[in-house]
Amino acid sequence: MITSAWPWVLGSLAGAGRWLSTPLSPEDYLGLLDPLWPAGELRGRVEGLRPETADAVTLVIRPGRGWRAHRPGQWARIGVEIQGRRHWRTYSLSSPPQRPDGCITITVKAIPGGLVSHHLARRTPPGTVVRLAGPEGEFVIPEPPPPRLLFLTAGSGITPVMAMLSSLLAGDIPTGRGTAKASPAGAPAVHAGRPPGHRRGEPPDVVLVHSAPTPGEVIFGERLRRLAARSPYLRLHERHTRSAGRLGPADLAGLCPDWTQRSVWACGPAGMLDELAAEWTGPVDRLHVERFAEPFRPVAPASGTAGGRVRFTTTGREADADGATPLLTVGEEAGVLMPSGCRMGICHSCVGRLRSGRVRDLRTGLIHGEAGDLIQTCVSAAAGPVELEF
Amino acid sequence: MTGTSHLTRADIEEFGRELDKIREEVLADLGERDARYIRGVISAQRTLELGGRALLLASWLPPAWAAGTAALATAKILENMEIGHNVLHGQWDWMRDPKIHSTTWEWDIVCPASLWKHSHNFVHHTWTNVLGKDRDIGYSVMRITPEQQWHPIYLAQPFYNALLALFFEYGIAIYDLELERVPSGDKSLTDALAQLRVVAGKARRQIIKDYIAFPLLAGPAFLPALLGNLTANLARNVWAHTIIFCGHFPDGAEVFTEDRLQGETRGEWYLRQLLGSCNIDGGPLFHIMSGNLSHQIEHHLFPDLPSNRYAEIAPRVRALCDRFGLPYTSDSLTRQVGSVWKRVLRLALPGPRQRPPAATPPARRLHAVA
Repeated sequence: MITSAWPWVLGSLAGAGRWLSTPLSPEDYLGLLDPLWPAGELRGRVEGLRPETADAVTLVIRPGRGWRAHRPGQWARIGVEIQGRRHWRTYSLSSPPQRPDGCITITVKAIPGGLVSHHLARRTPPGTVVRLAGPEGEFVIPEPPPPRLLFLTAGSGITPVMAMLSSLLAGDIPTGRGTAKASPAGAPAVHAGRPPGHRRGEPPDVVLVHSAPTPGEVIFGERLRRLAARSPYLRLHERHTRSAGRLGPADLAGLCPDWTQRSVWACGPAGMLDELAAEWTGPVDRLHVERFAEPFRPVAPASGTAGGRVRFTTTGREADADGATPLLTVGEEAGVLMPSGCRMGICHSCVGRLRSGRVRDLRTGLIHGEAGDLIQTCVSAAAGPVELEF
Repeated sequence: MTGTSHLTRADIEEFGRELDKIREEVLADLGERDARYIRGVISAQRTLELGGRALLLASWLPPAWAAGTAALATAKILENMEIGHNVLHGQWDWMRDPKIHSTTWEWDIVCPASLWKHSHNFVHHTWTNVLGKDRDIGYSVMRITPEQQWHPIYLAQPFYNALLALFFEYGIAIYDLELERVPSGDKSLTDALAQLRVVAGKARRQIIKDYIAFPLLAGPAFLPALLGNLTANLARNVWAHTIIFCGHFPDGAEVFTEDRLQGETRGEWYLRQLLGSCNIDGGPLFHIMSGNLSHQIEHHLFPDLPSNRYAEIAPRVRALCDRFGLPYTSDSLTRQVGSVWKRVLRLALPGPRQRPPAATPPARRLHAVA
């Protein structure tokens, strides 16, 4: 009886709290005591930093109240303050969901000219409170996982795959073939194809082909090598592109002859992913790609591509925009609270409804848009007067 | 217009450009220091409020009552003036923090933020001191400048100004409904009623919080806790009324006619803001407690610059006024309050038809910076 009364008691307390704290919410006051408390605005605290390479750092973040566990491979949005201004970016979660300490990790490579990545990798001391949103993303392994997998990654593209690997090899992704987690002693080394003697409950057979300029620049290099040495189910191939050159589709066939028969998860530069998609002969639903770390290069506006007056209908703000500035930036500069994420047209965190007018896709130069369309503000510029629901 | 006839059009535009330069410089320099400032003020205000309310739970003890009421009144003043007013102006929108943003903020008074933003940010700040346009001249109920036609009702204005001071938050809420525009058809009755419902809903929550919920929590101290809340609200009301009336109504503040708006340039707009506003002298604590409206001139020139910057740019604005031979009206709180009340009392009676010429404002109000 007591347990069934709890929700009622808590509900009444919350109701009373709202009356007592109006026009704010109880969380606004509780946040004074513990910044991780307010669930209305999800937060996390940086608990530790682990350098991975000369320019990549793993941030261990304790999520506040309201965080729901992610699936390995998913990403989250991280909001940080730089010079007093809030900036949002998306990062793949590099940790498996079940870390013993309840923390999550993101692994950030400081990219040249990257405001947020530099800030996170170099100027974020432990104790910093960040904003969180998510997790989201479809770049995940189904349950049960397929018996044979190929991970094809390059650079920081390893980060979502690290989370998948950790989960797969720990048996955290239910295989549906039993529950045993320990691998049989003396299991034979994994070769292409299902490992001989594959048993119920064993992790699937995984091949990881990862490219990085040098051995020292392999993010999670040590950990990956240790995992591969220990686990009979993981075969690791590192490609050091500075000495061996870029990995081509032909190389891939040499390293993993059955690669088109495997389920593939690939993450890296757009060029690599495009090449992969072109060479792929297996079923479409077995090829999973995640694109990031490649800011789009805006197509130069065609002559006569003028911008226009942009009106944000919810807030009533207005601004003049040229035909080359993303509507996201236009809104931010006009003081509109614009949601944002990757700022390169991938994550769809920034979408807003077009009330009227047309927009130009900065990646392709294509002019599109009808009233009611949801458009990505980070890669769309005004093509004439525009009304957006923000 | 007085005191500016020595300026050419080019002078006025140059004056405007100089002010634009100050604005640009501040905007470019905004950063962590400012963000820390507003977050610090908000944390201090909320801590003070919690402390005050906790003390009022024990308000059967007179010292607890006095300390609790003082803390709560201070918190409410900070919340309205330095935080609410300035956040709602969009002064902190550049931080992109949805918790400290003009589009999401709601403040601890009866008047809903949405209504106030329209009547204050738009109507008052755009048409500052323009007769027939700026509804803040006398708040539609008082004769605060001789240019307003006298009416017998104004005989009672000293009395209802005192009443307005005490219940300022209700006055603002009713005023922002712009009910006087309904009979003329300028504003639809449906709109007015819908807004009235919003005001009533907010008033209900405010009243339940301050006069029922918290006193009930105090149990046996119900009555002293209620009185503490009432005192804090009244103190905040009187303080806000005092500071706000000193912004545009003391001697030295000019009013303008509508024809002035025809083709008004950026420089002329700045000039109107300067001539229509008055500062109050004081120390840093006084400036914070006044929501930096003690820098009314700087606030009207740059309504959306963060308030912590007004004190920093004030010397530059003064020097600029000095360079262009323009008045910069600033005086102590007592002098400005005295000046406002003298006007309220004098203008309750008919006349004078014309204001005394103010081509050369009294020297003591001109603080030229060498």
